[in-house]
Amino acid sequence: MNPTRVILIGGGLAGLMAAIRVAELGHAVDLFSVVPVRRSHSVCAQGGINAAKNLKGEGDSTWQHFDDTVYGGDFLQNQPLVKGMCEAAPGIIDLLDRMGVTFNRTPEGLLDFRRFGGTLYHRTAFAGATTGQQLLYALDEQVRRFEAEGKIRKLEGWMFVSAVLDDAGVCRGVTAVSLRSGEVRAFPADAIIVATGGIGSIFRQSTNSVACTGSAQSALFQQGVNYANAEMIQVHPTAIPGEDKCRLISESVRGEGGRVWVPKTPGDTRDPRAIPDAERFYFLEEWYPKYGNLVPRDVATRAIHKVVFEEGLGIDGKAMVYLDVTHLPREMLTRKLGGVLEIYEKFVGLDPRDHPMKVFPAQHYTMGGVWVDNENQATNVPGIYAAGECEYQYHGANRLGANSLLSCIYGGMLAGPAAVRYAQNLAKGSDTVSSDVYERERKRQEDIYEKLRGQEGSENPITIWKEMGETMTQHVTVIRYNKDLEAADAKLAELQERYKRINLADRARWGNQSLHFTRELGNMLVLARLITQCAALRNESRGAHYKPDFPERDDENWLRTTRAEYDNGSFKIHLDPVDTSLITPRKRSYKS
Amino acid sequence: MAEGKTIVVKIKRQASPTEPARWEEFSVRWRPNMNVIACLIDIAENPVTRYGKPTTPVSYEANCLEEVCGACAVVINGRSRQACSALVDHLDQPIRIEPMSSFPIVRDLVVDRSKMFEDAKRLRCWVPIDGTYDIGPGPRIAPERQQVAYALSRCIFCGNCLEVCPKVNEHSDFVGAALINQVRLFNMHPTGAMHAHERLQAVRGIGGIQECDNAQNCVKACPKGIPLTESNNDVNRQALLDAIFGWMFR
Ligand SMILES: Cc1cc2nc3c(=O)[nH]c(=O)nc-3n(C[C@H](O)[C@H](O)[C@H](O)COP(=O)(O)OP(=O)(O)OC[C@H]3O[C@@H](n4cnc5c(N)ncnc54)[C@H](O)[C@@H]3O)c2cc1C
Repeated sequence: MNPTRVILIGGGLAGLMAAIRVAELGHAVDLFSVVPVRRSHSVCAQGGINAAKNLKGEGDSTWQHFDDTVYGGDFLQNQPLVKGMCEAAPGIIDLLDRMGVTFNRTPEGLLDFRRFGGTLYHRTAFAGATTGQQLLYALDEQVRRFEAEGKIRKLEGWMFVSAVLDDAGVCRGVTAVSLRSGEVRAFPADAIIVATGGIGSIFRQSTNSVACTGSAQSALFQQGVNYANAEMIQVHPTAIPGEDKCRLISESVRGEGGRVWVPKTPGDTRDPRAIPDAERFYFLEEWYPKYGNLVPRDVATRAIHKVVFEEGLGIDGKAMVYLDVTHLPREMLTRKLGGVLEIYEKFVGLDPRDHPMKVFPAQHYTMGGVWVDNENQATNVPGIYAAGECEYQYHGANRLGANSLLSCIYGGMLAGPAAVRYAQNLAKGSDTVSSDVYERERKRQEDIYEKLRGQEGSENPITIWKEMGETMTQHVTVIRYNKDLEAADAKLAELQERYKRINLADRARWGNQSLHFTRELGNMLVLARLITQCAALRNESRGAHYKPDFPERDDENWLRTTRAEYDNGSFKIHLDPVDTSLITPRKRSYKS
Repeated sequence: MAEGKTIVVKIKRQASPTEPARWEEFSVRWRPNMNVIACLIDIAENPVTRYGKPTTPVSYEANCLEEVCGACAVVINGRSRQACSALVDHLDQPIRIEPMSSFPIVRDLVVDRSKMFEDAKRLRCWVPIDGTYDIGPGPRIAPERQQVAYALSRCIFCGNCLEVCPKVNEHSDFVGAALINQVRLFNMHPTGAMHAHERLQAVRGIGGIQECDNAQNCVKACPKGIPLTESNNDVNRQALLDAIFGWMFR
């Protein structure tokens, strides 16, 4: 065995899991992250993680989990790996349990499970309502152990800038910039794994964390890595609208019995608690009697849009509905949902145990992402692997709740060993690559930074970011019309022009956050355009992608992955067949 | 409060560790439900002081914006806390924002808290597992015990408890309440407990638990309501027992 070095970009669940796997195999890991890994976005996950352990005597099975996932995704996934993930899930929960995750327990001391959207089974393991935090900590602690043993080196506060590709187009490492000193440096590796998470920042006010910009994915895309199903963006039905971000109120709240309603009378100004049951419209329960409040997110989000914008029933005439837990026992609420109810309490100032919460949909997740193959998380560029929310493999046109933490860990488990295998089989390791290759790319990136730092103009990066977010949220989320998508793309093109005239108020090298943000913003604009153009292209409705002018799913023409290739500023979009060899696509309806 | 109103924010600026600190005042347009982060974003969009002088955007750390990542701890009106959950309407004006002083400064509101992660390494804050392969479930745990452990495990490493501790300063290596609480957490876990001695030995070492003088500021500053004093007492007792009887189990 030749010792190899693998670079991991991102220390969320996917990145940490992959890092552990590589270290376990005895290879060196350099782990890059913009934030200390323990502060990665995965901490935000509230509700839980799915695994068909069938501990509630319901007859659940991994096949049922697989079927729910594919059905929930409106059949856009390549199925084999999704099946693999569902089969691995019970073992993954056991592993996390052994790592000390403080999962909630039954009186017998076993793991407790709750319900989530898009399934009729209790399949979601949870640690209060801060499951992502607990999972991330468990992996972070294992990584710290390897770090103490010298097997993993962390480069926190270093932002990935680009891949280093040799003359044959093989990835030989990365360039990264120190957020502190501003230094741009090249780092050699035999393989890299990208695990940079979501892209919420493109929509500005989303449920994601600040670091979820998609900049790394976009940079790689511009270097030749394909990007798939970009148009598949999940909008979560229940978030607290906010100036700086939209704070999620997890689906687990409905999983534990929370109900969504609006007053039957438009503009009813009474205190919600004074409105009798008969005068409330529990629209999800009425429209979807079988799944009720636990329909998948795309369905719930469209229902809220309908009730608010078509039927004019939003609270006080505003874009808002009630999410109500006031009928549930307080002790249970605190024990199982404390973490999320606390968020409402802290940021709105009312206790949801007494007051129905006011919520509205917000951008939440990207099903689309870096294209990877159907075997082991490899992208189309030799030496580049991807795992976690940044890649497209597992969720099709709509992700089921509590399946993401699972896909992150599963993807990380596959990517780590795959990258090592690849590196072991390389005829020539990165140590044989000429230093010119690294210096060339480093210099290219440094020049871009220097140019930006010195640039004159009248534009401000935050203003451009806000306009991009507004455009995307308005036209490229829940309901999509081709003419709006065209207008949105034109607007984004205009923003790209204005981007060239950005004037940074800060010209320092040390700790210059605007500089790094602006670099990311340029990449975000590219990804925003890709999302918009792919959305314009797909003339059907499937999962989260809904076009009133094309209201039906169209398998004949659109049971296809949109795989985009970057071509000198424009995008070539290929339509690839989807592997539906295990479950034949059937009509998707949650009504009965 | 009416729309059209403005908020005055005073921020302690420092361009780098070697440069002197100074205060700058900004005026920001008020909107409903604003937090301190929203003010900082506004300033980045229009980096001009209240007196019309152009300046640079303020450097600060932030990620989740819902008080679970721990990044955005700063001192606001004299109190160490998370900026995301500091709602403008609940703060006296001018709002004074400064970096935490117990950690080395990087720039403006950014400080270097890597000490906490280094201490976690030294105190062996993990459950040592044999490997990540599938070897069946973990130990059974009573729900009551899980509830206690869960409360401890919600620590976000924000550093607020260190900031308010009279024993954390440049003359001491005291690990602080957050890390002592981690020792308790891992010693509670059935597998973690098998290695309790290593952690207790480390926590008795330099900057260890004996440095705590029970001021109890930590527990009041914790945004997650972790029973830090209780953890301190518990680990103190464990460390004492381990020092006296530990040899019998080695
Ligand atoms: C509020 C909320 C609640 C959720 N709840 C659930 C839930 O209950 N169940 C569920 O299954 N899913 C949930 N999700 C989804 C899930 O949390 C995410 O999809 C998942 O955590 C993503 O993990 P990741 O490892 O892919 O990326 P992340 O955790 O986002 O980590 C990305 C990493 O990449 C790093 N990074 C990014 N860019 C760069 C760069 N250029 N250079 C270096 N490093 C970089 C970051 O620092 C970070 O370490 C939720 C999401 C949100 C927003």
